[in-house]
Amino acid sequence: MNNLSVRILVLGTLIAVLSAVGGCRREEGGGTINAVGSTSLQPFAELLAQEYEKKNPGWKVDVQGGGSTAGLQAVTDGLAQIGMCSRELTPDEAAKFTPIVIARDGLAIVVNPDNPVRELKIDQIRGLFSGRIRSWKDVGGKDEPVRIITREESSGTRDCFVHLVMGKEKISREALVQESSGAVKELIKGNPAAIGYISLGLVGRELKALIVDGEAPTAANVLAGKYKLARPLLFVTKGEPSPPAKKFIDFVLLPESQKTLEAEGLIRAR
Amino acid sequence: MKQDKIIRVILMTVACTAILGLVVIAVFIFKEGMPIIVRLGGREFFLSADWDPKAGRFGIRSMILGSLMVTGGAMVIGVTFSLGLAVVLTEFSPPLLTRILKPVIELLAGIPSVVYGFVGVVTLVPLIQNHLGGPGLSVLAASIVLGIMVLPTVTSISVDALHAVPRAYREGSIALGATRWQTVHMVLFKAARSGIVAAVILGMGRAIGETMAVIMVSGNTLAAPRGLLEPVRTLTANIALEMGYASGDHRQALFATGVTLFAFIMILNTIALTVSRRQGQGVRAT
Repeated sequence: MNNLSVRILVLGTLIAVLSAVGGCRREEGGGTINAVGSTSLQPFAELLAQEYEKKNPGWKVDVQGGGSTAGLQAVTDGLAQIGMCSRELTPDEAAKFTPIVIARDGLAIVVNPDNPVRELKIDQIRGLFSGRIRSWKDVGGKDEPVRIITREESSGTRDCFVHLVMGKEKISREALVQESSGAVKELIKGNPAAIGYISLGLVGRELKALIVDGEAPTAANVLAGKYKLARPLLFVTKGEPSPPAKKFIDFVLLPESQKTLEAEGLIRAR
Repeated sequence: MKQDKIIRVILMTVACTAILGLVVIAVFIFKEGMPIIVRLGGREFFLSADWDPKAGRFGIRSMILGSLMVTGGAMVIGVTFSLGLAVVLTEFSPPLLTRILKPVIELLAGIPSVVYGFVGVVTLVPLIQNHLGGPGLSVLAASIVLGIMVLPTVTSISVDALHAVPRAYREGSIALGATRWQTVHMVLFKAARSGIVAAVILGMGRAIGETMAVIMVSGNTLAAPRGLLEPVRTLTANIALEMGYASGDHRQALFATGVTLFAFIMILNTIALTVSRRQGQGVRAT
């Protein structure tokens, strides 16, 4: 018994020492890269950060949320090397920052497969969500009241939808508010009169994504710039990125990283 | 002796920490939430139904109404079943059934609220949508889910209240020729009334404070509900849905929503306490 525990102890110490030595040898100038910003970019950035850390021991990529604007602010203040932004930069911002498109995200307008409507114009979508158009009949469907489903206000998807579709108009107060894309899908699956919006990569087979302004919601159409409901996902730096940040950004743009993003439902940068 | 003293000091400290916790929470919520109520005026904040944080408009009337409707519905459902259960458990149930029923009801209290919400979304919501109409996510769905959630609280406190009724009351009633049921509703309910009222009010506190399950089954619309089948947003759901990103006035308005809830729950608990204290005196006096 005693002998055994001694052996385990020795073995354990050996492993610890060896791994420490190994760790030291690989570590050549490590450090931390800070990326702050959009909550809709955050999960993807975290995923890539993990892979980057695995491939570059000693380096740590610290990903934080807070919103696109907060991310830009953090870059301005020098608190983060990389700002994550899930919208186009305003002209003012574009003058101050260097944006790099790391991926694109499409927004699908989804309805129940039983809904005969296949196609909508952007202003029809705006009408439906603002509550101006109350019946599906007015957009070529059955005579049924429209049931609008939206996301909670902190959602990046909602932000994107408001930006791309609603403009100055407000989403109707009658809209059902759901806390996740999954909940939105679940509701639409069970309700033929419902309409909602989710990220293009999440549509799946159970819902019908509508043709918007004559263009089908496909990754190819987003890449070609034809499908209008899409947004760039940006990494933003002040001036030229610092060498460590540059290395991480290059890693994100590698074909295999882009493939990871595609697997997660995004559309590759180019 | 010395050890006794030390233990006493330690236990006193622990006890005071609980009080301190409450005080800190109360002070914090009020400090963050009161300024905006004062600035907007109570009338604007409580009576306006216009909640549009981006435009700086904070009116929580539809949420107050929502919380009251959902809680009311939950109490109708929860109290009916709880009282029935309590009567069965104290008066009618054979010992074997009691041995099964009691732990089952206690188990209900241990199920996490997100599970209640999930089951509600998956089973209850489609049922309501298909058979009664509307979007399914509704006052009714939230009331049913909450009704089940308050069941353990209300049942166990009512059982205690019924048990506390002196045996002589039952015997006297039966001796006078009353049936079991007559004894229950004419004697026991009257004698245990204050205990049952306390149970109901504590259940109400639980229902009004529940968040997760309600968010999942209530639909969370900003518009005030016009019927039982309409979606609704409660005070708690409003805080939980928006706290994550709120800043400035919006954040303060959410704390003010918390102040409102705090006030509701304080009032309910005070009523429960006074009522149950009166019961203690009542039994002794008779």
